[in-house]
Amino acid sequence: MRQQRFEHQHAADWARYRTLLEQLEQRRRRGAELAEFPGLHRRVCAHYALARTRGYTPGLIAELEQLVRRGHAQLHRPTLRLGARALQLMARDFPRALRRHAAPLWLAAALLFVPMAAMALGAYHDPGLILTLVDAEQLAELEALYDPARDHPGQVRPADSDLAMFGFYVRNNVGIGFRSFAAGVLFGIGSVVILVFNGLFIGAAAGHLSAIGHGITFWPFVSGHAPFELSAIAICGGAGLLLGKALFAPGRLPRLAALRVNARDALVLVAGAALMLVGAALIEAFWSAGAAPVAVKYAVGAAGWTLLALYIALAGRGDDAS
Amino acid sequence: MDAPRRDIATPPPPLDTLRLRETPEGIDLGLRVAGAVPRALALALDLLIRLGLYLLLLPLLALADLGVGLALLAVFAIEWFYPVVFEVWRGATPGKRALGLRVVHEDATPVGLPASTLRNLLRTVDFLPAGYALGLVVSLADPDFRRIGDLAAATLVVHDDRPAPRRGPASTTGQRPPPEFDADTRAAILAFAERAPALAEARRIELAEVLTAPRGVRGGAAPALITAWATWLDRGAPDGRAA
Repeated sequence: MRQQRFEHQHAADWARYRTLLEQLEQRRRRGAELAEFPGLHRRVCAHYALARTRGYTPGLIAELEQLVRRGHAQLHRPTLRLGARALQLMARDFPRALRRHAAPLWLAAALLFVPMAAMALGAYHDPGLILTLVDAEQLAELEALYDPARDHPGQVRPADSDLAMFGFYVRNNVGIGFRSFAAGVLFGIGSVVILVFNGLFIGAAAGHLSAIGHGITFWPFVSGHAPFELSAIAICGGAGLLLGKALFAPGRLPRLAALRVNARDALVLVAGAALMLVGAALIEAFWSAGAAPVAVKYAVGAAGWTLLALYIALAGRGDDAS
Repeated sequence: MDAPRRDIATPPPPLDTLRLRETPEGIDLGLRVAGAVPRALALALDLLIRLGLYLLLLPLLALADLGVGLALLAVFAIEWFYPVVFEVWRGATPGKRALGLRVVHEDATPVGLPASTLRNLLRTVDFLPAGYALGLVVSLADPDFRRIGDLAAATLVVHDDRPAPRRGPASTTGQRPPPEFDADTRAAILAFAERAPALAEARRIELAEVLTAPRGVRGGAAPALITAWATWLDRGAPDGRAA
């Protein structure tokens, strides 16, 4: 068929397609009208293929390709339902991913908590040990922060409101979580380094503060948010280890394919852990420095660990249909 | 009279940055992957825009407690989610749009939330040890210029379509091209007719004579002859017969 006749024959389809595309691109959806779009898209795709095989002019081929490319983008436009997605993540996907990848996550937890415990014991018995991690100035700041003589223990700037601290905790902690995940793509090494270092630092601070008698403000302060904050950091690091695992031990897949498969689950883990960290920041900003009795604060901490264990063990079980 | 039909739909892999992706409809879409230079420029632009956004946050600090909290949350959001929001919403960050770049999945569909989040979280690794050095090395080693984030998220940064103005053959009277011309030659004739108005006169003649000189047509008549052939290929014989 001659090109001119071909163009003449299909001009109406192309014009209609163009109109629908413009409506879609400006997000003016009209459900009933758009029902014809997929069929029209397939037709124009066929025209494009014909134009190529028949050797029509490059200009026409380019024009049709641009059209179907725009249509392709609209037809495969991802839907974004953030609320529903977040709900599904926390109710189902996140706890399932946690159980599915128990091995790297336990390893990450060990990399965080073992150095933490060791360093806490060390710093408790040797007050000088913490100076291997921080300098004297930082140490003085840390000690002042949890000085029992202060009104608002645990707040760097006592005048700041809880909301300012919330912003600070979110930015700081979620940032650490994201970094300990991303660093895992370097064969897992980056995640290991960040986990171990954070474990050492937190352990040193806890041990040292207990040794100098600041434990009575430190422990009640951290008990409320620690369950969620520490486990979320471990989960982020574990997600990083999952990326590293794909590169070290890809199994039957090529390394790149293994990385992509693991990255999908790692992303679920990181998203869930980020929401956990926001929750922990809420507790840390609005509860931890509050005036509640010490016993209540410890009880809240214990309840946090229990709830977390129950969530990881039980959430998202059962079949998808329910 | 037809020359043996070569399968134009599956040409040999081009020595080019054009990547063909087959869609479910069975057609190939071309993606023109973008190299390090435009991407670095887009990054620099985005950096400026981010700085501007940070400056916009400064008045918040006057609100003391509430303001500081909101500003810190906003800084966090800009640090980590500026690219994600724009890529999922409009297909590219403002910097990329300014340079005509777009982020797509490897199958040419627009990038979604998971892939965009992943590629932008891994930005921190591509940045190492400083100034995206690792990302640059990785993307130069990859035929599709993908940095680590793109590799893990299966995304590509591609050039947008350039609107190609189409000009039909200009001649009014078609003339039948010699029957021995094969499909490639006929495609070249049609391409010439479209491109000719953009070429200089001397170049037009030079190109046209490649085909017409063996037939004794030289000089200004050569482009006219090719255009007449193109018109015939486009529309058929002058009397409207289908040839």
